[in-house]
Amino acid sequence: MSIGHTLLGLLEGEPRHGYDLKRAYDERFGKDRPLHYGQVYATLSRLLKNGLVEVSGVEAGGGPDRKRYAITAAGVTDVATWLSTPEKPEPYLQNTLYSKVVLALMSGRDAHEVLDTQRAAHLRVMRELTRRKATGDLTDQLICDHALFHLEADLRWLELTTARLGQLAKEIS
Amino acid sequence: MTSDAVGQPLLAGINLRKSFGPTPALDGAGLHVRAGEVVAVMGPSGSGKSTLLHCLAGILKPDSGRVLYQGSDLTELSDGQRSELRRTEFGFVFQFGQLVPELTCLENVALPLRLGGVRRREAERRATEWLDRLEVTGVAGKRPGETSGGQGQRVAVARALVTGPKVVFADEPTGALDSLNGERVMDLLVSSAKQTNAAIVLVTHEARVAAYSDREVVVRDGKSREVELAR
Ligand SMILES: Nc1ncnc2c1ncn2[C@@H]1O[C@H](COP(=O)(O)OP(=O)(O)O)[C@@H](O)[C@H]1O
Ligand SMILES: [Mg+2]
Repeated sequence: MSIGHTLLGLLEGEPRHGYDLKRAYDERFGKDRPLHYGQVYATLSRLLKNGLVEVSGVEAGGGPDRKRYAITAAGVTDVATWLSTPEKPEPYLQNTLYSKVVLALMSGRDAHEVLDTQRAAHLRVMRELTRRKATGDLTDQLICDHALFHLEADLRWLELTTARLGQLAKEIS
Repeated sequence: MTSDAVGQPLLAGINLRKSFGPTPALDGAGLHVRAGEVVAVMGPSGSGKSTLLHCLAGILKPDSGRVLYQGSDLTELSDGQRSELRRTEFGFVFQFGQLVPELTCLENVALPLRLGGVRRREAERRATEWLDRLEVTGVAGKRPGETSGGQGQRVAVARALVTGPKVVFADEPTGALDSLNGERVMDLLVSSAKQTNAAIVLVTHEARVAAYSDREVVVRDGKSREVELAR
C-alpha cells in the first residue's frame, strides 16, 4: 500500500493541511488502519523533498499543522503514472487496488482502465502458471493452483468493485 | 501461438453493432484471431460477449460492421452460405444443451460428419478416434443424459473438433463444471486445437479459464478493449 501516492492523490483534489489529509485518508482508506500523524508528516516531508508537493500557505501560530500542502505538476504526473501502472500480481493487493480505483474516480480518470490494466497484468502471470502446470509434476500443479486461485480472487474482487463503480462514484462526490 | 504471433487474422470482427431493443448489445465491438491462436473474451454478464461470438460465427447478423473470414465478409453472405460455412469451417462448444439427447454420444460426435455427407462407418470411426483423444471412449454407447457433466462436455468438444474446424467458438465451455473437470476440458480443448492449428474464440468470465488463452479482449457495455502491457 503506497501511502505517499494515496496522499498525493488526495491532494490532487485540493490543497490540504496535514490534519485534514489524515482525516480524508482515514475516512476513505484507513477504516481499519488509520494513519499516525508521524506517518503523515514523514510522508509529506518526503514528498516535499522530492518536489511532488509544495507548501501553498502557512498560517500563524505554532505546531506542524499550520502548513497547507498542494500537489505540484510533477506530483500529478507521479499519481497518473502510479494509476496507470499495474501492481505486481501478488496476494493481498486489495488496499492498493481499492485506493487506485477510488482515486481514479475522484480525479475523473478512467477507473475501468485501472482495472483492465491490472487484469492484464494478473492474466499474464496466470498464463505462465497455467503453462507451468501443463508441463509440471503434481507438486508443481498444486503450487501453481494455489497461486492461480489467489490471483483469481483478486480479479473477482476487482470485477465486483468495477460493477459498483457507479455507486462508489456517487458516494465519493 | 502467442501474442507475438504475426500474420493475417483468420477471422476479424470490425466495429460491430447489434441491438435487440433500445440499448445496443454491441456498440462498436471488434476482435480478431489468427490460426492456432486462443483469444479469451472476458467481461461481466450481459456485456455482449455471447452476442459478439454469435456475430463472429455468423449465427447472428450484426446491424452494422464487418466480419471478415479468410478475406470474405460474412455479413454479405446469404443465410444458406453462412450456415454452410458454420458447418464446414467452424466448431461450437456451449455451456450446455448442444448434444442431441436421443442419440448416443458416438452418434452425437459423428453427426456433423454425417450432415456433411460422410458415410456412417467412416463417420463413426472418426468419432471414435475423437472420443478416444478426449478420453471418453467409455461413454460412446451412452446417451448424453447418462453421462456426467465433465464427460458430456468432453463429448461436446469431440463433436466440435471432429470436422477439423478452422475456428472453434466456445461460450463458457466450463461454466457448468467443477474446477478439476473444467481444467481437464480446457486442457483437452486447447491442446487438440493447437495440434490442428485451429483458432479458438473463448468466451468466459473466469480468469482461470481465460488463462488458457494467448490474448484477452474485454467486453464492457458492448464495447471491446484489449490492453497491451509493456514488457
Ligand atoms: N436474443 C436476444 N434478445 C433480446 N436481447 C438479447 C438477446 N441476446 C442478448 N440480448 C441482450 O443483449 C445484451 C448482451 O447479452 P449477451 O451477449 O448474452 O451478454 P453476455 O454473454 O456477456 O452475458 C444483454 O442485455 C442481453 O439481455
Ligand atoms: Mg453469454
